[in-house]
Amino acid sequence: MANLRDIRRRIRSAGNIQQITRAMKFVSAARLRKAQERVIAARPYARQMVAVLNSIATRVPEQAHPLLAQHGDRKIELVVITADRGLCGAYNTNIIRQTLEFMGEHSGQEIELNILGKRGRDFFRRRAFPVRHEATGVLQKPSFADAAAIAKDLIEDFVNGGKDQVWLVYNEFKSVVQQSVVIEPLLPIQRLEHTEDGSRLDYLYDQPPAQIFANLLPRHVEAQVFRALLEAAASEHGARMSAMEAATNNAAEMIEGLTLYANKVRQAGITKELIEVVSGAASTG
Amino acid sequence: MALPEKIHLEIVTPEKQLFSGDVDSLTVPSAGGYMGILPGHAPLLAELGIGEISYTAGGHTEYMFCSWGFLEVLPGRVVILAQAAELASDIDIKRAEEAKVRAEKMLTSGDPGVDYAAAQLSLIRAISRIEAHRRKKV
Repeated sequence: MANLRDIRRRIRSAGNIQQITRAMKFVSAARLRKAQERVIAARPYARQMVAVLNSIATRVPEQAHPLLAQHGDRKIELVVITADRGLCGAYNTNIIRQTLEFMGEHSGQEIELNILGKRGRDFFRRRAFPVRHEATGVLQKPSFADAAAIAKDLIEDFVNGGKDQVWLVYNEFKSVVQQSVVIEPLLPIQRLEHTEDGSRLDYLYDQPPAQIFANLLPRHVEAQVFRALLEAAASEHGARMSAMEAATNNAAEMIEGLTLYANKVRQAGITKELIEVVSGAASTG
Repeated sequence: MALPEKIHLEIVTPEKQLFSGDVDSLTVPSAGGYMGILPGHAPLLAELGIGEISYTAGGHTEYMFCSWGFLEVLPGRVVILAQAAELASDIDIKRAEEAKVRAEKMLTSGDPGVDYAAAQLSLIRAISRIEAHRRKKV
């Protein structure tokens, strides 16, 4: 039988861990709420952007802009959005696994990685993957300026760096308990849907349509990157919250089991002592 | 056909929706100069520059600072996609004034390393912010 004092010490340390995980859960819950609000607040812009793009796309020739140009699929850049910190369940593992799968499926092509977040950077750096660019600390509080800088870099690389396609890999926020990894093409900008339902409006243009279009497309890419960052940030907090909740529950279970065990040990000790006293008395009597 | 009396205006930035509601008229800083929109305006697409957006609803005029964006006028509805916009009451006047001084210093320094165009833009931004802020009090 184990020493009673050892068991008590284990109960205490499980209790300490439980306090920490519970605190982390509450912190994540608070951050999640803010991140969720930001995701929701950013939606109208993205939606209106797509609406404007669609309505103008019907009037501008297809190959009017380098960001629309289809190059083929030989050189691919993957933008992988991971977290800076761990303790968030399978969040980073899922992203990395999906990235590796994607790379396996496209093994014939040249793939370069663009890693955001410390976790992904550490993983891919250890394994000597071709990483073109990496950044950390973006997901703490993604600002539009960050997204714009990333988008600018991607556009630059797409237009002048000879990339054929750029894809985004990130966790999409569905709910607190459900996040799913999304791999979606960012560049070239997918052919926008033509609305053929007669809702074509004859616009007046303050500037030449091609010029407006040329300025609108990079904004669209920025908005896409920004949305991905916000989704990823919200997912991270959600994943961490569930992970910490599970950890807190596990600690509670462990404490319960250990307490039961400690009581048994204590009882056994008392019983043993009683037997000793009784048998001692019997032998002298 | 009678013209509508109100326009439904939506002002969105990448970070959030700034305004959504019915207005009587609005003025925007198009890239080519200020432009007024009244109810019943023809569909229009324009690029916005740096300046102030103002809209009047129920006799009350609201001002906000805007830096680049797009304006789409649809029948009965106007959408402003601003890259950056701030309500006059949200403008950090101290920061704007500091930015103005800084930009002026850069422009007059004669230092060949100065990015002249960028300094000029930040000066225009600062002045527009200060103006939008001033309007709020009137």
